[in-house]
Amino acid sequence: MHSLGSIVEKVRSKNAGPFIITIDIFCKREPVYKKIKTKLTTKFLYKHLNVVEGSMKIYHVDNLKVVKISVDRFFTQGSRFDRDIHGAQLANLISELMVE
Amino acid sequence: MSTKVLVPSGVLGLGFSKKALEKGLKRNPDIICIDGGSTDSGPFYLGTGTTKYSEEVCKKEWRILMQARARLKIPLMIGSCGTCGTNSMVDWMFQITSQIAKDLGQNLKIIRVYCERKKDDLFNAFESNTIKPLNPVLSVSDEEIETFSNIVALAGAEVFQKAISQKGDIILVGRATDTAIISALPLLNEESNAASWHGAKIAECGAFCSTNPQSGVILLEVDKHGFTVEAMSEDAFCSPESVSAHMLYENSNPFLLYEPGGCLDVSNAEYQSINRRQVRVTGSKWLPNKEYSVKLEAAKLAGFQTIMLATIREKYYVDNVAQWAEKLEKLGTEKVISNLRLNENEFDIDVRIIGHNATLGNQEKSFPKHLTEVGILVIVTAVAQKIATEIASILNPYLLHLPLQENTELPTFSFPFSPASIDKGALYEFALNHIEILKDPLQGFDFLVNEVNYA
Repeated sequence: MHSLGSIVEKVRSKNAGPFIITIDIFCKREPVYKKIKTKLTTKFLYKHLNVVEGSMKIYHVDNLKVVKISVDRFFTQGSRFDRDIHGAQLANLISELMVE
Repeated sequence: MSTKVLVPSGVLGLGFSKKALEKGLKRNPDIICIDGGSTDSGPFYLGTGTTKYSEEVCKKEWRILMQARARLKIPLMIGSCGTCGTNSMVDWMFQITSQIAKDLGQNLKIIRVYCERKKDDLFNAFESNTIKPLNPVLSVSDEEIETFSNIVALAGAEVFQKAISQKGDIILVGRATDTAIISALPLLNEESNAASWHGAKIAECGAFCSTNPQSGVILLEVDKHGFTVEAMSEDAFCSPESVSAHMLYENSNPFLLYEPGGCLDVSNAEYQSINRRQVRVTGSKWLPNKEYSVKLEAAKLAGFQTIMLATIREKYYVDNVAQWAEKLEKLGTEKVISNLRLNENEFDIDVRIIGHNATLGNQEKSFPKHLTEVGILVIVTAVAQKIATEIASILNPYLLHLPLQENTELPTFSFPFSPASIDKGALYEFALNHIEILKDPLQGFDFLVNEVNYA
C-alpha cells in the first residue's frame, strides 16, 4: 500500500475565506490523476474527513491534473473551537490516505 | 496599447526584493499596486481594527514604494489597509504616508477611501432585503449585530478608479477585493475586462504565481486581448503551470472567481510560455451581473479567554492522556459550576492535547502507540475576562495534580511558566458571509482628499 502523498506531486490546503477550506491535489502524471479522480468521491471523503454531507465540492482541473476539494469549515476560521486558523494542516489527512 | 501594473508583493509588510523592484521600475509601469490585508490571519484584526504586520516593516517598505512612485510620477495604490481595512487602518496608513512624505520632502495628493458600514446601515439593508447570504449560510440575528465591533464592505474596482480619476498620487483604500486593486487601471483604460480581472487574480499574491514566491515583484501587462505576467526577480520564473495553478490558490472554485459586478470564468483560458519569465494568457471570460453587489465582513465580540499550558512526561499519563484530559474537562466544569454558580452554557473549557489531536481534533486518524511527552493546552472562554481568569484559577490545581485513578499518589505535571495561566483578552469571530446589493458601485464608500506639501 502507498499513501496518496507518496504518488502525487503535492497536496496543499488553505482557507478560501473564513468559511471554506480548499484542498489542491497536484497529481502530475495522468495515470495517477485518473486513479485519484476515481478514488476520491464525495461519499468516500465525507467519511474520511468526518464532515457533514452536502458540505463539499470536488473539481477536476484537467489541464493541471489537479483534484480540488472545497469543504465548508466545521468551525468558522478563528472561532472558539477552531484549531487551525489557516487550514493548511488539513492537507495531511488527504496525503496520508492509503490509495493503492 | 497596454496597461502595466507593478505588484511589489502579495501584501505590504511581507517583504520584496529591492533589486527586482528596480527592474520592474525600469519597465515603466503605469501604476504600483499592493494589497494590505486579508481575513486569512483570523477575526482578531477586524474585531479590533488593528494590523497584523509590524509597523516598522510596513513603514520601511512603504517608504521604498513612495520613492519609486515619485521617481516615475505614477499613482501608488494600496487596498485593505492594515490587514482588516477598517477606517482606523486607512488613517494609520495616512499617518505613515504623511510622515514619510515629510521625511522625503514630497508634495502629494493623498486620497483615502473608507469602507466601513455602520450597524444602522446593516439593519436597514437587511430590512430592505438588499443583503443576501452566501454559502455556507450564516444566520444573523439583530442581537448579534449589536455585538459586531467592525463591519466593512469590500470595495470593487470602481472605487479605485474614482480615486485614480481624481489624480491621487497615493491612494489608500479600506477593505477591498485583492483583485480590484490591480484590475482598476486596466479596466479604466478599457483593456479586456476578462484579462484585467484574470491578470489581477494571478498577480494578487505577487510572485506566488512564480517559482520563487518570496521574491515578491511581478509585472502585469494587460491589453485588449489578454495579459502577460512576468517575474521580476533574477531567480524567479513563470511557467503556464505556476501561473494557472495560482487560480486555485485560496479560491474554492478553480474556474470561477466572483467579484463585485460580475464573475470571471477561466474554464477556457489558455496559458502560453513566452520565455522562462513570461507567460501570456488569453481566453478567459467576464460575465457581468445585472445587480452590483459587494461582499461584507464583520467581526463580533464572542467572549474573553484565558489560556493555560502544561506538559506531561510521565509514561502512564502520556499513554492514557485522552482519558485524563476528558476527566480534567469534566471535573473542571463541575468545580466551576459549583464554585462560581455559572450555567454550563456561560463558559467553555476546551482541553487540547498537543501530541495527540490538537491540530485536527475529531478529524485526526493517526495515533502512534508511544509518545514521549504531550502538551495540554487549556482554553477557557467566558463572558468577561474576570470570569475566565477565575475559571483558570479553579482549574490550576487539577491541571497540575489530577490523578487518573482514585487513591493513588498525586502526580505533579510540568508548568512551563509562572503564572501558569495567561489572560488572552477578547475573542472575536467572523459574523457575516453575505453580499450587499448596491444602487451604484460607490454607494457607502467615503472619499477624503488631502494635499501635503513638504517639497
